[in-house]
Amino acid sequence: MREISCEQLRTAVAELFLTANRQISSDIRAAMEQARDRETSPAARYALEQLTENYVCAEEDGLPICQDTGMAILFADIGQDVHFTGGSFEDAIQRGVADAYVGGLLRKSVVSDPLFDRKNTLDNTPAIIHASIVPGKQVHLLAIAKGFGSENMSRVGMLTPSAGEEGVFNYILETARLAGPNPCPPIVMGVGIGGDFEQAALLAKRATARPLGVRHPDARYAALETRLLDAVNALGIGAAGYGGRTTALNVAILTAPTHIAGLPVAVNICCHASRHAETTL
Amino acid sequence: MTPIEIRLPLDDAQIAKLRAGMTVRLSGPCYTARDAAHKRLTEMLDRGEELPIPLTGQCIYYVGPSPAPEGKPIGAAGPTSSYRMDAYAPRLLSLGLKGMIGKGARTQPVLDAICRERAVYFGAVGGAAALLARHITSSELIAFPDLQSEAIRLLTLDHFPAVVLIDALGNVFPERA
Ligand code: SF4
Repeated sequence: MREISCEQLRTAVAELFLTANRQISSDIRAAMEQARDRETSPAARYALEQLTENYVCAEEDGLPICQDTGMAILFADIGQDVHFTGGSFEDAIQRGVADAYVGGLLRKSVVSDPLFDRKNTLDNTPAIIHASIVPGKQVHLLAIAKGFGSENMSRVGMLTPSAGEEGVFNYILETARLAGPNPCPPIVMGVGIGGDFEQAALLAKRATARPLGVRHPDARYAALETRLLDAVNALGIGAAGYGGRTTALNVAILTAPTHIAGLPVAVNICCHASRHAETTL
Repeated sequence: MTPIEIRLPLDDAQIAKLRAGMTVRLSGPCYTARDAAHKRLTEMLDRGEELPIPLTGQCIYYVGPSPAPEGKPIGAAGPTSSYRMDAYAPRLLSLGLKGMIGKGARTQPVLDAICRERAVYFGAVGGAAALLARHITSSELIAFPDLQSEAIRLLTLDHFPAVVLIDALGNVFPERA
């Protein structure tokens, strides 16, 4: 049994959300700079110049890279030999999120009741926590600060087996087309195929955080990822929706076993401000 | 792409020379409002109350900034998706609003209202929030402080970079196939 204090968990969570919001990961930054240098449409190039310059402004001025610092999503893979001490696991995470958003001058974007009151909770809690138990005695944390301009453009489709690869392909492409300029392209598309209604969506969310350049281990899905990326970029929506060749930076697919009657597909769209950070305790 | 300098508030002569696809730099006063503030403004109009902001010739920026660090007028301040304000925009345009700054496409009723009222819709680059903040030199809370980042603020823009997405003739950038 390994003990981890809730205080340590709280601090780690706060640091993850601060880092995610202030510093874009190096893979996204490199991909955006490359897109800028290769862009031939003047308007899209102008947008990409602003977006790559924005990383520098955020660093220099101590600001988050986007004002929508997101809803806080935390994937916690907890080794089964770990014991959290000195408080509650859930509480420690929520306090860590509040520390980051209040202390770090991030925007508080969460309302307590979705339909009637819509009253701001003032500290960006509650975070959405996806905890799972894994072998071992470590805790892996993946923090995602999810903006809703892109979240609102996401979809879940309950396709049936006869839809096949083309049905899946078309559903994902259609999602990008319908989203148009709203999710702040260039986008990152996380795709979950299989499982059930909510597992497909969870896989899609997790897929948005996959590093660029890593492909699905199954060559057939890897090929589908690249084919989709090319097709989405051929839509011509372009950076900021101003046209041009870069509509998406990546399409990442995660898969799971499913029911004999089903072929669920979830597409979680993330903007170019794909903010995530991870650590292992 | 040499940008055109535009002074806010907007006048008809300035609006007349703007065409979809032009890059502009906006300078002058501008109000912020997002979904929740638009809802309240509309409810006030329904009740026949006077609005907390003037509309004639004015420009509204769809933004909910992050908190300002000490010594800075504002935090990160990029545009939010404009379509969420589409339910409210035609009414404000009919009352004299001349400009909107946001991101993304608008629906047909907004496009029609922009033409009818000879207004303009500007796009700022979504996610360029720290860069755009450098082009905002002051920010003053005007109404609805309980809405936090969604409160109405009066900003001063200074060479704020934008692109004309819909002009007063109803041209849209980029043209969609
Ligand atoms: S979609 Fe992303 S980049 Fe665009 S405003 Fe929202 S969080 Fe920022």
